[in-house]
Amino acid sequence: MTTTQVKIEEKLFQNRYRVDEGRPHVSLRKAEVCRDECTDKVCTHCCPAGCYTLDADGGVTLTTDGCLECGTCRIICSDHQNVEWWYPRGGYGILFKFG
Amino acid sequence: MSEYFDAIVVGAGPAGNAAAYTLAKGGLSVLQIERGETPGSKNVQGAILYSDALERIIPDFREDAPLERPILEQRLWVLDDASYIGSTYRSEEFKKGPPNRYTIIRAEFDRWFSSKVQEAGALVICETTVTQLLRDPAGKVVGVRTDRTDGDIHADVVVLADGVNSLLAQRAGFHGELQPKDVALAVKEVLFLSPQVIEDRFNVGEDEGVVIEMMGKITQGMIGTGFLYTNRESLTIGVGCMVSSFKEGGIPPYQLLEDMKNHPAIRPLLRDSEAKEYAAHLIPEGGYKSVPQLYGDGWVMVGDAAGLVNAVHREGSNLAMTSGRLAAETIIELKSESCPMDARYLTEYKRRLDGSFVMADLKKYKDVPDTLHARPQLFTTYPELMSRAAMHMLHVDGTDKKSKQRQIFREFREQRGLLGAASDAYKMWRALR
Repeated sequence: MTTTQVKIEEKLFQNRYRVDEGRPHVSLRKAEVCRDECTDKVCTHCCPAGCYTLDADGGVTLTTDGCLECGTCRIICSDHQNVEWWYPRGGYGILFKFG
Repeated sequence: MSEYFDAIVVGAGPAGNAAAYTLAKGGLSVLQIERGETPGSKNVQGAILYSDALERIIPDFREDAPLERPILEQRLWVLDDASYIGSTYRSEEFKKGPPNRYTIIRAEFDRWFSSKVQEAGALVICETTVTQLLRDPAGKVVGVRTDRTDGDIHADVVVLADGVNSLLAQRAGFHGELQPKDVALAVKEVLFLSPQVIEDRFNVGEDEGVVIEMMGKITQGMIGTGFLYTNRESLTIGVGCMVSSFKEGGIPPYQLLEDMKNHPAIRPLLRDSEAKEYAAHLIPEGGYKSVPQLYGDGWVMVGDAAGLVNAVHREGSNLAMTSGRLAAETIIELKSESCPMDARYLTEYKRRLDGSFVMADLKKYKDVPDTLHARPQLFTTYPELMSRAAMHMLHVDGTDKKSKQRQIFREFREQRGLLGAASDAYKMWRALR
């Protein structure tokens, strides 16, 4: 399989969102668990919206603006259970045009 | 809001809408709560609508439901990196009588279904997230709390149709967290093209559509499948793999989708299309063995929340609608007989579900998930072997056919061994029979 260059930002740019400024609906419980205890950090490649990025110090940064509300990050973090996941407030978040 | 309802339905997808519609038609006072801006704005599906499940709820749905294309042709492709080997079934018989399957666009379809729910008399409130179930001291569910001010609402029974993540039931302790091996992550894009181009490219007429289901190296060794559906003026292309596979595989889902779109057999079908949306969604594919407790004191669970998906046949929304209808019919009967909405009476819902195709199909395929997890070679080795076998037989080079057959047999033996191949075939037969 040939690997194609893909930028997740370009895909997310097609979508409609109403971002709940300052009230992210997903968060990391303890930053140090990601940085110090988690070795594989699968969230940084499993999230379909690329919301999780690897920091230079080995930590993980979560930016929820492009979140598709699938729930994958919560489920794959089964070893550390470090993802606090709830739905956005009613009316906020992804607004699918086609779904 | 201090009103009291006969029933509260959480969620406005196929299961919730089927339940709310049936309950309202049955004369109950119904409140349906949806977190999206409109019903459908949080919902994702391939999407194929199976008429039968909806006909049993709204017999004349074809009069005004937003349907894309009835399916005339079904293709199954097994792909390796450079080829596909496939089967196609197309029949004019599909055109006799009302169509059995359609492609749909869920945002539009769910909005339509919700309009029917409202016409039937249910109160539907959107942009409202249910945050927890209200329980009485004995533990019975007596209502819901929402994220609105003064957001507690009470009812005799709560229908949990909140979808695959099903966090309300999880927080209430009705079931545990989804396991990575029991759930698939699918990503998809909607690509716009003119209807004329779609019809020419897929060899169909104005009101005809094609489904292509795919498996093989497009999932790059992970357990999963891909699909391509024709809508009226768009294509839907997607790929889904078990979350446990993504966890091990290290390939981002959007990379997998992009690589699939660039497969030499797929790329020409998408040429010059315009992408207008990228979506992701979980599908509960654990099957029969992972279905949780479906009822309790004051509550029932339906649809994806209950894990009712037939992954082998790519069916889910029909199981969702059927479970929603059966739950609602049970509640209506209990209400008419003045029975309390307790587990000992709501067990009738489970009995009806067990007696329907929903649980019968899940039971038939109960061993498929374990069988696939144990045999990743089905997604890589076999597609390559099948492609090579076809190439050997079709490439005319002066070698006699018997020698070519021997060569094919040798390659199968080298890759999987006689016992391995026989065991794969036997186990798959056992799981699917």
